[in-house]
Amino acid sequence: MSQFTSRRRMLFGTAAVGAGALLAGCTSNEPSDEESASSQNEQPAADDKPGKQVTIGYAGPQADHGWLNAVNLNAKNRAEKYEDVTLEVTEGSNDTATQIGQIETLINKKVDVLVILPADGKALTQVGLKAMRAGIPVVNLDRIFNSPQAYRCWIGGDNYGMGLNAGHYIGEKLKHKKTARVVELAGLDNLPLTKERTQGFDDALKNYPNIEKVARQAADFTVESGQAKMAQLLQAQSEFDALWNHDDDQGVGALRAIEQAGRDEFLMVGGAGSLAAFQAIEQDNGVLKATVLYPPSMAASAIDLARALGQGKGVGGLAEFEIPSSLTLYSAVVDKENVDQYMSTGFK
Amino acid sequence: MTQPVSPPRGSADKVPQVSEKTGPRVAFARADVRTLSLLGVLAALILIGGITKPDEFLDTRNLQLVLTQASVIGVVTVGMTFVIISGGIDLSVGAIVALASVWATTVATQEYGFAGILFTAVIVGVGCGLVNGVLIAYGGMVPFIATLAMLASARGFALQITDGNTQVVTVPSVLDLGERDAYVLGIPPLVLVFAAVTVIGWLVLNRTTFGRRTVAVGGNAEAARLAGIDVRRQRLYLYLLSGLCCGIAAFLLIVLSGSGQNTNGNLYELDAIAAAIIGGTLLSGGRGTIVGSVLGVLIFMTITNIFALNNLQTDVQQIAKGAIIVAAVLVQRRTASTT
Repeated sequence: MSQFTSRRRMLFGTAAVGAGALLAGCTSNEPSDEESASSQNEQPAADDKPGKQVTIGYAGPQADHGWLNAVNLNAKNRAEKYEDVTLEVTEGSNDTATQIGQIETLINKKVDVLVILPADGKALTQVGLKAMRAGIPVVNLDRIFNSPQAYRCWIGGDNYGMGLNAGHYIGEKLKHKKTARVVELAGLDNLPLTKERTQGFDDALKNYPNIEKVARQAADFTVESGQAKMAQLLQAQSEFDALWNHDDDQGVGALRAIEQAGRDEFLMVGGAGSLAAFQAIEQDNGVLKATVLYPPSMAASAIDLARALGQGKGVGGLAEFEIPSSLTLYSAVVDKENVDQYMSTGFK
Repeated sequence: MTQPVSPPRGSADKVPQVSEKTGPRVAFARADVRTLSLLGVLAALILIGGITKPDEFLDTRNLQLVLTQASVIGVVTVGMTFVIISGGIDLSVGAIVALASVWATTVATQEYGFAGILFTAVIVGVGCGLVNGVLIAYGGMVPFIATLAMLASARGFALQITDGNTQVVTVPSVLDLGERDAYVLGIPPLVLVFAAVTVIGWLVLNRTTFGRRTVAVGGNAEAARLAGIDVRRQRLYLYLLSGLCCGIAAFLLIVLSGSGQNTNGNLYELDAIAAAIIGGTLLSGGRGTIVGSVLGVLIFMTITNIFALNNLQTDVQQIAKGAIIVAAVLVQRRTASTT
């Protein structure tokens, strides 16, 4: 077989099939989702076939709410899928000092690759650097370290894009109105990601001069706070046209407050992509019409990347011999039209 | 230094080292001044709310909203006030609320319907209180440490039960209790429970031997013991009471949020302690009022409400909250030293 055929096949076949497979890997929790199509690649890309044994150390924060829990689960399930991967999982912790200690233990154990979802990205930069200096490549998951030297590869969601897509979705729905009022229920204000989401949302709304954001309150990702803050927002704004809620977990509380206030004049867009939100969107009998994804399957992809790193391979479907240094996932908008496709990825 | 003329029985002497130069003699007068000043603060807040957002703030629905949101933490604060008056502290209230709300909303519990959920929430609360009480009263543990341990384990247990998931309540009778249709003469049922707990708390503290013993133990445990009070048993009962309040609060929270989550009751311990202190309860024990604590809760809730209505953000809210705690305690010290 000539080199030309191989290259052509690589260009067309793997670019399409592999990218599709990569995308599927990003949106699905199901281990059955096949990526094997990329195995026809002739370059040393990671595939499902057992290869060199890799020990991956995984350190995440405490899974105290749905999304984080789904992240940890995705990582574990993905690792179990591979015969050649051993996953060393630390007990999740939200305490910076504890997490540093746990990662140092993993460094001392000499794991091959580290996957780190820091409780606080900036605060854990030093330990990321330490691992890299010790020759252990780090896959930084979602909450980014301060310095690019602290990780070999970063993979995570697009908070700004999440706000942007939410804003555009609402904008398109309301563009026929002469004037429209929009309300935002943000997540934990202490986190940079909340600021990024809000920034994206505001930037998107600037494209629609008829829309005005009239109020914003920050909850803290819990059902309880979602209910409390939404109840206040509803009292503050006797009428509005759309609501963007950053997080579906707190959305359970927000929906409860909306129900308690007996309001239904607006459309609501959620965030993250929980199962409950998907189900509500499918049933289409409430205010919740759509949600913007922040896929927890990124943890599964992080395991894929870590395995590829450990085996010294690239990513199936891409031309390079190495894995990329950063991967930003797309925050798709899920509404009634496409909710079926995403239902299986919803987290509880 | 001490004048045994007061509702707490004669033995309930204040010992100077635990507080400022006070005597129970002036406790009543000062409590009144304090309550009045709290009412003044609340009136000032209502004025601010009324001026900045007249339509939204001065509205029946808003009153219902503020009181409803205050009811969960309010019930917790009543229990906390008793514990603090007795010279103790309960850091585990938030964690107990989380555990009780989570335990009461598992699929298995929900099969038993309304009664099952209510029963489980209350029993879990009382059970945690019992453990706290036994450890502190009979195990000789410092309340701070015992309840800190409970905080950690109850939160951990709650996480283990939920596995990080949000447990949505599907029992209609529980959910209906939080809807507008359930309001009695315009009063939400949650607020009625809050009011009932407040009234009962006030009666128990001011009109029963149990209440007087609580103050006596907080004022001077040794003197109380010499006067024939079973200090240990009293302490046990007090942590049981706090646990009971947490159980009730957990049920209210389930009704309010329609779900159970292990993150529920986040930092309730600090909110409850802050409300009690603003209300004039001494952290060192021996003094405190239910009315003051409830006013403290209402002040915090009104501030949150006014800030939200004016669309001010979390940072400003937190700064104001801190400033108010400092101001209240400073005023308290002043009144304590001048009267």
